Amino acid sequence: MRSLLPRCSRLLCRHLRPLLLLALATAAPFASAKAQRLTPAEVARRDGGIAPYTPADVAFMTGMIGHHAQAVQMSRLAPTNDASRSVQILAERIAVAQQDEIAFMQRWLRERDHPVPPADAAHHHGEHAEHAPMMPGMLTAAELAQLQSARGTAFDRLFLTLMIKHHAGALTMVDELLASPGAAQDDDVYKFVSDVNADQDTEIARMRLMLESLPPTSAPRR
Amino acid sequence: MPHHVRPLVALVALAIPLAVAPLAAQQRIAPDAPTPDPRVGLKAGWFDAGEAIWNMQRISHTKPSSDFTNPSTPGDARLKNSDLAFIGTHVIQGNYSGYQIIDIANPAAPRHVTSYVCPGSQSDVSVYGRLMFVSHEANTGRLDCGLGGVPDTVSAERARGVRIYDITDISAPKSIAMVQTCRGSHTHTLVTDPKDPAHVYVYVSGSAPVRSPSELPGCSGAPIEDDPNSALFRIEVIQVPLDNPAAARIVSSPRIFTELSAPPEHAANSVPGAPASRQRGAPTQCHDITVYPAIGLAGGACAGYGLLLDIRDVKNPVRIGAVADENFSFWHSATFNNDGTKVLFTDEWGGGTQPRCRETDKMEWGANALFTLENNVMTFKSYYKMPAAQTANENCVAHNGSLIPIPGRDVMVQAWYQGGISILDWTDIEHPIEIAYHDRGPMDDTKLVSAGSWSVYWYNGLLVSSEIARGLDIFALTPSRHITQNEIDAANTVRFEQLNVQEQPKIVWPPSFAKARAFVDQLERSGGLNAEQLTALRDGLTQAESASGATRRTTLARLGNSFNATASTDRRKALMLVEALEELAGASM
Repeated sequence: MRSLLPRCSRLLCRHLRPLLLLALATAAPFASAKAQRLTPAEVARRDGGIAPYTPADVAFMTGMIGHHAQAVQMSRLAPTNDASRSVQILAERIAVAQQDEIAFMQRWLRERDHPVPPADAAHHHGEHAEHAPMMPGMLTAAELAQLQSARGTAFDRLFLTLMIKHHAGALTMVDELLASPGAAQDDDVYKFVSDVNADQDTEIARMRLMLESLPPTSAPRR
Repeated sequence: MPHHVRPLVALVALAIPLAVAPLAAQQRIAPDAPTPDPRVGLKAGWFDAGEAIWNMQRISHTKPSSDFTNPSTPGDARLKNSDLAFIGTHVIQGNYSGYQIIDIANPAAPRHVTSYVCPGSQSDVSVYGRLMFVSHEANTGRLDCGLGGVPDTVSAERARGVRIYDITDISAPKSIAMVQTCRGSHTHTLVTDPKDPAHVYVYVSGSAPVRSPSELPGCSGAPIEDDPNSALFRIEVIQVPLDNPAAARIVSSPRIFTELSAPPEHAANSVPGAPASRQRGAPTQCHDITVYPAIGLAGGACAGYGLLLDIRDVKNPVRIGAVADENFSFWHSATFNNDGTKVLFTDEWGGGTQPRCRETDKMEWGANALFTLENNVMTFKSYYKMPAAQTANENCVAHNGSLIPIPGRDVMVQAWYQGGISILDWTDIEHPIEIAYHDRGPMDDTKLVSAGSWSVYWYNGLLVSSEIARGLDIFALTPSRHITQNEIDAANTVRFEQLNVQEQPKIVWPPSFAKARAFVDQLERSGGLNAEQLTALRDGLTQAESASGATRRTTLARLGNSFNATASTDRRKALMLVEALEELAGASM
């Protein structure tokens, strides 16, 4: 659909294209009847390999980078805060997985000429975030400080509790995206949110079990 | 340098808790593997990437048809190729926008037969006679197969589930039914029931979000405590009447996860009997299920668990075992060895779109976990991961593969996305070893563009690989110290009329000289017979083959008696050789 705006500037495209695509998408019966005569390759040639997407997709990707960045920040505390071996393994996996996913989301935004938030959590909360509404599952500055100062089994318990909440927030964000008309029609977006949904749901299940099997906080470490 | 090799020892040692697994269990590197590993540092490119190949040869490479490739948009997600199914000389190759059917009667020059447009991803495919089945997962799938997507969040036009085609005329498939499911179909598994020849069954694994009940009545994504009819925590079973496939419908939704709630330990068997009234901690879905009807079992790769299912009552599979592993995140698929004494599970960590084979990625993460299977108990033995470091621009993780039917051994070919194709020998399950490979450089050396081998399966002497961005590759094994020409010839005596790898066929080798010679070669490799015995056997087999009828029979009988199998240091293999000679004599009437 890029060909429909052949001469627009990068800036103009950035703002207009999603709206135009949404307008086209809303006129679906006409659009699909017309598109049906095209092959998938011809469609790709027309839109330059960029499948239709909406402002909600952009907002999701932009926000989720910050959401993931906080999960990475939390996970990196595990080795220094005397987490148990199993929590350290889980935390390292979360850190690797979500860093890679941040790179994916940044790539997705870059290829569509949208502003690309940095991967560093420091840019996503703190003073600036005070003014913006919190995304679901995000830790408050106080919760983060509490996690940073916890050690040993107390850290394990707090990490698992807060990460379950954080993951559940990501699932809420996925649900909200899918409830938005025209969103996740791009296969890359759909595959990504499906993976987030499946992976984080699986990790929540695992973390709940890990939480249940923790020794009482007052007991000596295993 | 095979960079992953040295760190492996340390990583494995650190990762193993409480001596659950034997410390000796680790992947080996073949002494003759090329060094430095030629897969490291390959030139990037779409159709002109650098390549490395060892112990196999490429017979052909076929680009996707012009309907499914656009030269100016590499890596377009809508044009990804996915899984494979086989019937006769035809390969069915799924694509996010439909599927292609390719005739490989001449594997050096495959011929496009059909490019069928019907978006819905991922288009997992299977085939049964004149019927073909295709999975639709994405919310773009339309009932009319149109390309316009479905922008409405609730729409009667959306198609998520399993579509059934009549391929009586394979050049003109006809869509005859669309079985809609709550979570769509990420993958599906065709299941035949020996007791029910009037039907085939399809197990549907859905891992995508549950759709609205306003779109498909009854769909609920609520926790099971809140809604006993939740579409979570179950698989779907579709029954397909062969005399009226258009009447296919869901006949059961088995809750195979009930009371599965043991915490993941290192590959520990969980305790299925724990009194857990809640479903907390249980998986909500399976990713893929491999059934092995000949032994009545299935391996379910279900969220954080590998499950063993009893499928003798096909409509009502029952969980009989489960494993979890703290080094595994998302269990992806299962492969049994032919004897049903081992099972290999893969962890598709990152869903196949992330680079998980970098030098910094652990060898036990995004890998295979290998288990013995005895009296329905799975016991962890080792991990296996394609050992060549890939770049951060290459999506790479364990993915689909199949057994290569070399008699007497467990050999598997497996796809690792942009990590290429790796052939592993897991006969010695504590020490799996790579014995052949093929790899290309990344699509792009500046950013990650999704590509690589989605699946590679052995089919009638060929290794057929679905390359996500580059099309269809066909390879054959070349003889090496790891696989001899006789072993290749013996594998090639196995012929399938159709093949859906996730419905694992029991491999049966017809009597052949190749099979007997393959065992002789294996006895040479293991040192199970001495040089004199080996020469006598090989000479005898040559004589027998040039003779016929009674002479052949007596020559073979004499050969079988010419050595003392029970005295061999490789007694098991020596007895297999004796049996192969007897079979061959029996077939020489």
